[in-house]
Amino acid sequence: MFSNDLDKLLAAFSIATGAAACGLKVSMFFTFWGTTLLRREAPQTAGKRLVERMFGWMLPAGPRQLSLSRMHMGGLGRALIGREMRRKGIPALTEMIEMAKASGVEILACSMSMDLMGIRREELLDYPNLRICGATQFVDMAADGNVTLFV
Amino acid sequence: METSQVVETTQSTKRLIDLRGMKCPAPIVALNNETRQMAAGELFEAVADDPAFELDVKAWCRRKGYELLTLEVSPQETRAVVRCPV
Repeated sequence: MFSNDLDKLLAAFSIATGAAACGLKVSMFFTFWGTTLLRREAPQTAGKRLVERMFGWMLPAGPRQLSLSRMHMGGLGRALIGREMRRKGIPALTEMIEMAKASGVEILACSMSMDLMGIRREELLDYPNLRICGATQFVDMAADGNVTLFV
Repeated sequence: METSQVVETTQSTKRLIDLRGMKCPAPIVALNNETRQMAAGELFEAVADDPAFELDVKAWCRRKGYELLTLEVSPQETRAVVRCPV
């Protein structure tokens, strides 16, 4: 998961939870902008450099602060889509993350992205067995997987 | 999700799993949760109104080794009678 666009994350989590329900082992690797989904909505930890702190201010923290890749319109599009999703019974991203948690979808965070954006381990959301790893671990899993999607 | 209930049918007692009102991927995720504790060979009927359910339930059964006995599709809803793997 490279992107942190709300719509792309919704698609990725739909596929991930659907695949887990079909008995497939699912791992989601979050890198670059994607890593920001894993931040919890909380003040940043102390001891960051100014640039790292600025990254923290400018980037979204968690599933509630994301933008749409299209039709965002300064947040109006997101509000409209959110309302339509509720009306039509489509699970929200926060609910999809809970479904992923309950169905054993594994989450991995890219150590390099976290380092680059100054995201600390203790700033990540509570998710069972969330691990921090690098490209090699991802490639190792992808090599044994039948389906790999880059979103 | 507390949606299932036991209903009497003419042949046997089979559980009804009501997935109406749910949208992809929720019906399959809920179906998977509901059937996790079922006994081998147990029958159940799942009903959903998401148009994706017809193909999704077929794929889910194939993947998980469940036997899809009947599949009724109407414009309003899809009903599947399924037997758990033995």
